[in-house]
Amino acid sequence: MAENSIKIRAKLKDDVVTVKALMTHPMETGNRKDSKGETIPAHFIQEITCSAAGKEVINAQWSGGISKNPYISFKFKGGREGDDLTLTWMDNKGNSDSATVKVG
Amino acid sequence: MNTDLKRRMLLRGTIAGSAIGIAIGAGLLTPKAVLAAWPKEAFTAKDIPGALHSLMGADNAEESGEINIKAPDIAENGAVVPVTVSTTLPDVESIAIIAANNPVPLIANFNLLDGAEGFVSSRIKMGKSGDVIAVVKSGGKLYRTSKEVKVTIGGCGG
Repeated sequence: MAENSIKIRAKLKDDVVTVKALMTHPMETGNRKDSKGETIPAHFIQEITCSAAGKEVINAQWSGGISKNPYISFKFKGGREGDDLTLTWMDNKGNSDSATVKVG
Repeated sequence: MNTDLKRRMLLRGTIAGSAIGIAIGAGLLTPKAVLAAWPKEAFTAKDIPGALHSLMGADNAEESGEINIKAPDIAENGAVVPVTVSTTLPDVESIAIIAANNPVPLIANFNLLDGAEGFVSSRIKMGKSGDVIAVVKSGGKLYRTSKEVKVTIGGCGG
């Protein structure tokens, strides 16, 4: 996968870290057909994991029903400024990418 | 994280030819019981009870006023419908997002682990108008709420 497929931000406010991430991915369901009537093969992110300071805080399983170039946001407690926050995705073709930011 | 990912991929690769793989093929073990892999059955189920059953082990979700779905009343573009689910239920283990009228209703499942708040937000595709359903697993029980979204242009045909 292309580099920097993930844009991610993590902001600490009042004890809660809010994470927002955008990924670049076609998210093909496998139900669509191209202009020649041929099925476009399924190609979507299946799994997301996110960990803060080495501890997993959330993981998600997705279908092709998530929009193209997916967005995810979530919140967690117990994070500190400067903690490493890592988000990793893996798609149904075995591609994966990962990005790390510091909680700010 | 990276090594963990590699381990998972390795596990997945191995499964095909291993005894575990055979057991899965024979229906003796569900893949979910072997490793926390992508729940294929739940994501191919055409009906909501089927999806919930294979994802969460039960389908008797109780209506709850403590779950809030934020989504537009009318979505002009079904390919991108912003949905935010938040809940004040205690001990939230997971949140699933379902579009009732999609060919495959289950869209996403989020497992909330250490410290995660009862809040997830994403953008989903909707083939046509219908209910967006959020199912929250809290203290081992399922709770749900729904919100109707009218779609003017479907998102599944592109």
